[in-house]
Amino acid sequence: MPNSQLTPGIVAGRLPDDSYAENFADLHAPLDAHEAQVAADRCYFCHDAPCVTACPTSIDIPLFIRQIATGTPEAAAKTIFDQNILGGMCARVCPTETLCEQACVREAAEGKPVMIGQLQRYATDRLMEKNRHPYTRAPETGKRVAVVGAGPAGLACAHRLAMHGHDVTVYDARNKPGGLNEYGIAAYKAVDRFAEREVSWLLQIGGIRLETGKALGAGLTLEALREDFDAVFLAIGLAGVNALRAPGEDKAGVEDAVSFIAELRQASDLSALPIGRNVVVIGGGMTAVDAAVQARLLGAQNVTIAYRRGRDRMGASKFEQDLAASRGVRILENVQPKAIHGNGSAVEIELEYTEETPEGLKGTGETFRIPADQVFKAIGQTLEGAPEGLEIAGGKIAVTGAGQTSLPGVWAGGDCASGGDDLTVTAVAEGRDAAEAIHAALGA
Amino acid sequence: MADLSSTFVGIKSPNPFWLASAPPTDKEYNVRRAFEAGWGGVVWKTLGAEGPPVVNVNGPRYGAIWGADRRLLGLNNIELITDRPLEVNLREIKSVKRDYPDRALVVSLMVPCEEAAWKAILPLVEETGADGVELNFGCPHGMAERGMGSAVGQVPEYIEMVTRWVKQNSRMPCIVKLTPNITDIRKPAEAAARGGADAVSLINTINSITSVNLDEMCPEPMIDGQGSHGGYCGPAVKPIALNMVAEIARNPETANIPISGIGGVTTWRDAAEFISLGAGNVQVCTAAMTYGFKIVQEMISGLSQWMDEKGYASVDEVVGRAVPKVKDWQDLNLNYVAKASINQDDCIKCGRCFAACEDTSHQAIAMSEDRTFTVKDDECVACNLCVNVCPVEGCITMVPMKPGEVDPRTGEVVKEEYGNWQTHPNNPAVWAAE
Ligand SMILES: Cc1cc2nc3c(=O)[nH]c(=O)nc-3n(C[C@H](O)[C@H](O)[C@H](O)COP(=O)(O)OP(=O)(O)OC[C@H]3O[C@@H](n4cnc5c(N)ncnc54)[C@H](O)[C@@H]3O)c2cc1C
Ligand SMILES: Cc1cc2nc3c(=O)[nH]c(=O)nc-3n(C[C@H](O)[C@H](O)[C@H](O)COP(=O)(O)O)c2cc1C
Ligand code: SF4
Repeated sequence: MPNSQLTPGIVAGRLPDDSYAENFADLHAPLDAHEAQVAADRCYFCHDAPCVTACPTSIDIPLFIRQIATGTPEAAAKTIFDQNILGGMCARVCPTETLCEQACVREAAEGKPVMIGQLQRYATDRLMEKNRHPYTRAPETGKRVAVVGAGPAGLACAHRLAMHGHDVTVYDARNKPGGLNEYGIAAYKAVDRFAEREVSWLLQIGGIRLETGKALGAGLTLEALREDFDAVFLAIGLAGVNALRAPGEDKAGVEDAVSFIAELRQASDLSALPIGRNVVVIGGGMTAVDAAVQARLLGAQNVTIAYRRGRDRMGASKFEQDLAASRGVRILENVQPKAIHGNGSAVEIELEYTEETPEGLKGTGETFRIPADQVFKAIGQTLEGAPEGLEIAGGKIAVTGAGQTSLPGVWAGGDCASGGDDLTVTAVAEGRDAAEAIHAALGA
Repeated sequence: MADLSSTFVGIKSPNPFWLASAPPTDKEYNVRRAFEAGWGGVVWKTLGAEGPPVVNVNGPRYGAIWGADRRLLGLNNIELITDRPLEVNLREIKSVKRDYPDRALVVSLMVPCEEAAWKAILPLVEETGADGVELNFGCPHGMAERGMGSAVGQVPEYIEMVTRWVKQNSRMPCIVKLTPNITDIRKPAEAAARGGADAVSLINTINSITSVNLDEMCPEPMIDGQGSHGGYCGPAVKPIALNMVAEIARNPETANIPISGIGGVTTWRDAAEFISLGAGNVQVCTAAMTYGFKIVQEMISGLSQWMDEKGYASVDEVVGRAVPKVKDWQDLNLNYVAKASINQDDCIKCGRCFAACEDTSHQAIAMSEDRTFTVKDDECVACNLCVNVCPVEGCITMVPMKPGEVDPRTGEVVKEEYGNWQTHPNNPAVWAAE
């Protein structure tokens, strides 16, 4: 008998074959020309627009929307890429509801912001589908920069440096570039291998050499890089994950949410990917929601997010919470994991209610159990593999200004560096700004 | 990248987008910021003769009409020429021109209709280093009552006379700005050409009342319970301005006079349209007043992208391209037959095309039980009304019939050859000739 949603344990193929493509289709279908026109018409072309301030990369949003409205989406795309070379990915993954669209004056006036993210996608798709790269390199400076990590921060930095005529080598521990764009972002946000296509489009600028499968710490050292290159940019993200510190964490079926998502993102056949019947995700951020939603889309019968505080404290936005709810994910608030029970493999999770007290969050002592054959930990990533000798602040590489670390000639940005939210768009902004700082420092 | 640089009556500017003489160009502060934003040139707000400056009303100067979503479509104003002292303006003009030698700076003038007055002001302007003068023969309110502005612009003999004075008393290029408040725009343009003008610019604003306050029974804008007609501008006037530009461009008497196109230019496309109808550059007022100086960025990127796509290397290659296609009605090909066609994939079934055609036109659209709208080719006269009322751009199109096909409406075979009214059998003039 084929597997179904009711099959116990962790098994593959819970859904009819044709459901997977449907479930993992684009979260927001792209706008067609008419929809884009109508959406663009709503922009007021505000002066010193609040949306621009709210965008970590400060894209000139009113200008690009006007360029769409006047029939030149390619010019609009150029306006976007001038500030954010990964504007295509950001259009898909940015939590616009807490960034540009939250700031939109029409959100204030009517509770209905201009669809900035969707319009950004419309414009960038129009230019990228021509497979023409809109930038050329300045004359070569002869300066060489090493970038470690090919995620959004590393790529944005490399592109800007290449544009200024520097020679860039990008190292990444993984086999594929893109960082979490390739391995982390929910599948339905970046369909049709967008992350991969975006990287190859970006590399068309030239002057960037990509070295995958090369990890800092394993063969590659910071000292050697500092010796061989004129500057180094570290953008290694957060490769570690926090532990639950609850008994039973070592049982089969207890996994890191990010590893599960990475596997899902790389799977060539989603129907071959095993998923539990009763899945519990511990955490309250974007990763928790992504793991939970994708578990449901793979056919898990019951998926629960267990978060230790109230919903208003969740890292996932209201939009993300609603998305989870609409996909049939249950969100339990004010509960923390006490233990995972089962004989070798997880069967149940024991949760304890919590309350906020003046001394901080405390368990109330009241516990309950729910079935859990698969438990995903999504309680935060940590810096791992940061080279010795760098000052660390709050668990991240300490930086000042545009990513300057405590070591001369070494910059850092993105999730691995202090300051800023852990978002794709913030990583892009930091990578770009560090590139400008490096360019200035190289005095080319 | 297309070359947007422009040379208009010898005046160079990095792009063909100038700000028209109006509040955006009334002072140094504005003009410097406009240049920083990327404008290629400005025509300074109209200067009057030496002496105490004019005074403006101290209540509202503007009325407006809006489209859906309160988009400003037309603006009306009762502002006069600059109300700042002449010497202040001249000092500022000099200072700006010195700092922005690559931008066009033309000074608009309006002084009494006496040669002495023009003789007095021209050297003062020349001394600032400005690139040229524009003669404001267009302002339709306030100044006209004093024998200036459109009061001059409506009398071709005066235009010719004043233009000649200016050319005789100055070396500067002279642009004559025309008022649209006349019946035949070619007459003042011809007069300007006879007077020796280097170019004409048009249009200035159109006499108008935008609305009436029905509680106070008073036209808007209302100044202490009274209102006055004002000058209309903005997107709503573009069609009028385009026609006037084209009329001058295709008139043999004025075909060679450079034209600066003004009136409702809001996007790069509007500019391209003016240029294709014969304008050498464009001037903008309302769009800047509505959205700020920054809109020029969209005009620049849009025009240059479009020129690249079309393979035009310079603005000059576009100037007047559409003029040969502007004809009189009697020249149009009556043997050309088209039919409306509704793309069912794009149709949102609002039924506006049906209402328009059924109620007011040719009953050529059918509506089925399930709200499918289709064109009846045997009734459709291809009037284009459905296309224009359809909310979805590109959903309804006009499809030409091929020669040899039978037009189901008339039962006649569509002819290959061209045939206009002048040769049409129904034309009484044709019988008379036989
Ligand atoms: C599951 C998940 C979903 C997310 N969803 C969103 C979202 O929807 N929207 C959003 O804005 N943000 C989202 N984020 C956050 C976003 O992905 C990150 O903020 C962003 O990717 C950070 O970029 P980065 O370049 O700093 O790091 P990363 O993208 O993590 O890239 C770091 C790169 O460095 C490489 N690397 C690591 N260590 C080494 C080493 N020692 N040597 C060489 N290379 C190394 C890694 O292989 C990786 O390629 C999500 C994050 C996760 C985990
Ligand atoms: C408030 C206002 C004041 C104007 N003042 C002048 C003026 O002093 N001199 C002039 O030649 N035109 C003046 N104009 C007309 C403009 O220069 C321009 O010809 C007209 O507004 C049409 O262009 P637009 O549709 O881009 O606004 C004025 C227009 C406005 C709206
Ligand atoms: S725009 Fe408004 S604030 Fe500014 S002068 Fe006019 S009425 Fe006053």
